[in-house]
Amino acid sequence: MSEAVKRFSNKVGLPRIIISSFFIFLFIVALILKLPIASLISDSIRRFGMYGILVLAMVPAIQSGIGPNFALPLGIICGLLGGLMSIEFGLSGWGSFFGALTISLPFAILVGWIYGILLNKIKGSEMLVATYTGFSIVSFMSIMWILLPFNHEEMVWPIGNGLRVTIALDSTFGQILNHFWEFPIFGVKIPTGLLLFFFICCFIVWLFSRSKLGTAMKAAGDSPKFATASGIDVDQCRIVGTVLSTVLGAVGILVYAQSYGFIQLYQAPLMMAFPAVASILIGGASASRAKISHVILGAFLFQGLLTVALPVANEIVREGNLSEVLRMIVQNGIILYALTKVGGGD
Amino acid sequence: MAEMSNTKSARDALENKRERFNIKSFLINNSVTILFVIICLIGIKLSKLPLFFIGSELLTRITRNSFLVLSLIIPVLAGMGLNFGITIGAMAGQIAIFLVMHWGITGMKGFLLCALLAAPLAILFGNLTGKLLNKTKGQEMIASMIAGFFANGIYQFIFLFSIGTIIPMKDPVMILSSGVGVRNTIDLSRNVGIKYALDNLVKLPVFHVFLVGAILTMLIYTVVRIYHKKECSFTGRYLITMMSCVVVVAVSGIFIFGGSYLPNELKMFKNIKLPVITCIVVALLCLFNVLIVKTKLGQDFRTVGQDKHIARISGINVDKVRIIAITLSTLLAAWGQLIFLQNMGTLNTYGSHVQIATFSIAALLIGGASVSRATIGQALLGTILFHTLFIVSPKAGKNLFGDAQIGEFFRAFVAYGVIGLSLGLHAWKKRIQFKKVG
Repeated sequence: MSEAVKRFSNKVGLPRIIISSFFIFLFIVALILKLPIASLISDSIRRFGMYGILVLAMVPAIQSGIGPNFALPLGIICGLLGGLMSIEFGLSGWGSFFGALTISLPFAILVGWIYGILLNKIKGSEMLVATYTGFSIVSFMSIMWILLPFNHEEMVWPIGNGLRVTIALDSTFGQILNHFWEFPIFGVKIPTGLLLFFFICCFIVWLFSRSKLGTAMKAAGDSPKFATASGIDVDQCRIVGTVLSTVLGAVGILVYAQSYGFIQLYQAPLMMAFPAVASILIGGASASRAKISHVILGAFLFQGLLTVALPVANEIVREGNLSEVLRMIVQNGIILYALTKVGGGD
Repeated sequence: MAEMSNTKSARDALENKRERFNIKSFLINNSVTILFVIICLIGIKLSKLPLFFIGSELLTRITRNSFLVLSLIIPVLAGMGLNFGITIGAMAGQIAIFLVMHWGITGMKGFLLCALLAAPLAILFGNLTGKLLNKTKGQEMIASMIAGFFANGIYQFIFLFSIGTIIPMKDPVMILSSGVGVRNTIDLSRNVGIKYALDNLVKLPVFHVFLVGAILTMLIYTVVRIYHKKECSFTGRYLITMMSCVVVVAVSGIFIFGGSYLPNELKMFKNIKLPVITCIVVALLCLFNVLIVKTKLGQDFRTVGQDKHIARISGINVDKVRIIAITLSTLLAAWGQLIFLQNMGTLNTYGSHVQIATFSIAALLIGGASVSRATIGQALLGTILFHTLFIVSPKAGKNLFGDAQIGEFFRAFVAYGVIGLSLGLHAWKKRIQFKKVG
């Protein structure tokens, strides 16, 4: 009996069992407390689409062997830059969204490429160095948000200098994907555009991993020595993976911002890599192996859990932000668990 | 006289050094530190702050922070890299303070009780962290960092939600008016709490202490060096220590004996008082760090740090030694946080511990330490440089760009950037070595 349980938990993964049961438990509590289930589900789906691409950005990084991309803020900064420039140029509607995407791409490719070269020089310590590279760039860009010559009146402080902390996207691309073909079903709002965009991105990454370059990249990540022996340039593949991950980070933050309705600057991107890393790990990925299915499952479980936990927690404890604390414990617990699976031997 | 002979020996040593290394490799090896000296000088110039202010502020910050920075050294010795988990130790210290404040024990008695209470907590936490790190060999630094975040989550859960609900507790001063959760800031000076408990015990004019201290350091250090002559006794570290001691002696001599010839702005320095007991505690920790290397345990740390495999073959219980290293570090961090907080005077329940790992590690790295080598001198030098930057950067940012916020962001950028860069450089060097060997 215990053998069977062990095999089952090994196969599905202990954290996923715990998180899923906790998720279901919270849902039952929500039902008992007579919380509005329909709006809870709508929120879960919205946040799932909102965070999905940021989680997806982990896939090429892990597949190419650099591990979970803790330097996601690099890509996020590129995306923010694209978004700001698109607003500055006075674009609106779909133009502004795709404009932002187009503008951020060259930045993301360049940054990802440089960062990939850097990562090749420090094989073995990617995660920690990446974390601090991400942190320092966020702080550096905080200085830049004050100094860069943006003039659009919706973005700059009316008094003083620099950009606002949060910039509303009402007149540009706020909610543009969310409202595209949106329809209600049993009171649950389905943001078709958002989900469609997310799944298209997933599909592109999936297609890429089937291509010749993608296969080479995966081989380089799986076993660098074997890949070198079969004539694959491992370092090149790692750079490709990093570039792709950074680009997805840039796209991801724009999708996130449009769904949220605001662009957040300064310290906001500082910790954004951690939920994304935790999400894909909950989905069943390890620090060296990741699939699209892990992204979808992980993003749904993690975001769903947080969405449902918030109102439930508010019902039970009125003070403070229990959901935030819960996020911290779950997120970091998951990353820790994954780290114990990486090491162990010596 | 003492200074004369020492400058001479220092010069001799420098020449010896030139024969063995060239100046270029010295510059490259200490590039981070040198860069920081330059940045700090520029910052001091730009901030236009009076030197007196910078000096006295710096002194406070050194006595406040160096214990925490020093708590990082032992895990480095054991090859576990920089312990990003000292946050966990700091939490143990804060829990102890919370309890002691609740019982209303104040002053030195309260402080000692805090230290006593924090010890078992820190040992327990350190033990758990050590067990975790044994499961994540090779990734200790990131694992300890995430462990710190994780522990912070649990800490918040306990202090925000459990106190008043699961844990029954009533204290109108410390608990929020709703009866659940601890207040955001706790004033440690309440009824003369433990604020300045340690600092105010004995305070002496700073230059007298410096003079005596520097001469003693020079003598003791030289004797110790000569005693251990079997290795090369005149390393760069020795030189730097000696030269800085000479400078300290000279400067304090001028201040004490030639006070009347000084310009007014500098005269004020004579009035700065040094919390002697705090300094002695820090010095004791330095001594502890030096002495532990001499013991069996310290040798085990080093063996494990150099090669786990060889250590295991020679009969050392590697996992246990690593747990001890982290436990010690956590315990020292808990006490370090107590020293930090008694000087600050306010306990920010949910924020005081969050940044200490980042800042302490940045300070250590700025002093020229690396993941595999850290010394007391580097820790102290780094603390001085890092905190100079901390003091001057907001004002410098304001003077340069008209926005103090820029200085704030700049120092965050520097702290994170230094950590990222140093760790990156270290990994890069290691890789090159690995390539050469393999």
